[in-house]
Amino acid sequence: MIVQALAFYLFAGVLLASALMVITARNPVHSVLFLILSFFSAAALFVLLGAEFVGLILVIVYVGAVAVLFLFVVMMLDIDFAHLRKGAMQYVPVGIAVAAVLLGELGMLYLSWNAAPDALLNRGAPGALLAGPTNTERLGQLLYTHYAFPFQVAGLILLAAMIGAIVLTHRTRPGVRRQSVATQHARQARDVLEIRKVETGKGAV
Amino acid sequence: MMDLWQSYGIWTAWTFLYIGLIVGGVLISVAYLTYAERKVMGAMQRRQGPMTVGPFGLLQPIADGLKLFSKETIIPTQSSRVVFLLAPMLLFALSLVAWAVIPFDKGWVLANINVGILYLFAVSSMGVYGVIMAGWASNSRYAFLGALRSASQMVSYEVSMGLIIVCVLLCAGSLNLQEIVLAPRPLWMQALLFPMFVVFLISILAETNRAPFDLPEGESEITGGFMVEYSAMAFALFFLGEYANMILMSAITTILFLGGWLPPFGILALAAVPGIVWFGLKTALILFVFLWARATLPRFRYDQLMRLGWKVFLPFTLLWVIVVSGTLLALGALP
Repeated sequence: MIVQALAFYLFAGVLLASALMVITARNPVHSVLFLILSFFSAAALFVLLGAEFVGLILVIVYVGAVAVLFLFVVMMLDIDFAHLRKGAMQYVPVGIAVAAVLLGELGMLYLSWNAAPDALLNRGAPGALLAGPTNTERLGQLLYTHYAFPFQVAGLILLAAMIGAIVLTHRTRPGVRRQSVATQHARQARDVLEIRKVETGKGAV
Repeated sequence: MMDLWQSYGIWTAWTFLYIGLIVGGVLISVAYLTYAERKVMGAMQRRQGPMTVGPFGLLQPIADGLKLFSKETIIPTQSSRVVFLLAPMLLFALSLVAWAVIPFDKGWVLANINVGILYLFAVSSMGVYGVIMAGWASNSRYAFLGALRSASQMVSYEVSMGLIIVCVLLCAGSLNLQEIVLAPRPLWMQALLFPMFVVFLISILAETNRAPFDLPEGESEITGGFMVEYSAMAFALFFLGEYANMILMSAITTILFLGGWLPPFGILALAAVPGIVWFGLKTALILFVFLWARATLPRFRYDQLMRLGWKVFLPFTLLWVIVVSGTLLALGALP
């Protein structure tokens, strides 16, 4: 158990430190790199909890795909961060309000897991109620059997959002030369090439 | 304290021994993969390849390593120092940590975890950071262009790789690599997965930035791509990482499609040979395809690469997931 505890404090410490660095780092690219480190530490915490599926999906989706796009955008944009930072202090009350709400929610979660009359049930659900040896199978059963309809609806909403994003950002530019692979494959030598027999001394016309 | 030693110490010592064995084996394989590459490409281009250092040039990779080791590491003054040095280390470390879950034979695996294939996918999807950090930290246009190309290329091909893995998982019914190898795979299932094998083979060429998809380091247009500013050991780490990744991807292909350590074609008489030999031979076969493609095919153009990934592979693999799951459902063969 002591090793688990040590690992927890290590990853939790790294997570908090890197999360702090995300908002204090001077260079925006460094901020994103610290954000990636904090995603990674959060994934490690999930693995420590025994939720290896969620942990690895976090790494694959957030570290492997979402953060790459973040990094891409931040590297490409030429932002003057000193200018952006100037008015940052006026947002502090909003930040404190959001933090207070989050803290309150965490406190309620803690109470419902420890002090509420059915705390044991809250903590045990839903893994203990379902058969299945690994948490991958349990998640699959939850999503595809017990909550199949909401899951499909969530998928449809995401699909609609994706189509919306494409429709909003897509613009057709005139005068762009595009390669049509099918046309190129369909091209025959006889359509574009002509072989002429040229007699000596006459020349081709 | 004694309790702690007995419960963790011995286990830790054994684990370190195994890690040493695996890392040593991978590094030696990397050294001789570079040798094999030069010999194979030499044979394909009717020349000798390395032949002066040691018998048949067998000591050439060691000589190359010593040369890189003795050179001076140059850090560009305009670069972001920490990120610049972190990038090759990250790439190299990632190419090694993935080996923790690879089963070399039945039970010969360092960490037999339930979500082995997801772990491999996660590690390979993080490899892009080594490249993108190197390109950004170098503060050079060529390096940055190479990094951008690499990032978009790796992210694009990961999508279809994920869907191919889903096809295999549907047939095997487990995320554990040993169970994927041991899952029964009748002939019709193999035929069903064969197109995915071909697509996967092409995708790993793109994922490891190898020819004909080696645009990130395309020397004819962007000199050396993302590693143009690197020298000596930092460069060697990139080089080792790239080759270790090639071997890793070949090993993953072996596990997913070629039956891992099992003897080929299900011939029981061949089971007398240790499984690790079959595993190595199958991996070497895929690696040969890597080298063969490099000696044969010209480099893709960037828009062709993106078209192949998004407009050909992605719809095809997505369709194939539906075909595989539909067939399994119709035949009642879902595991």
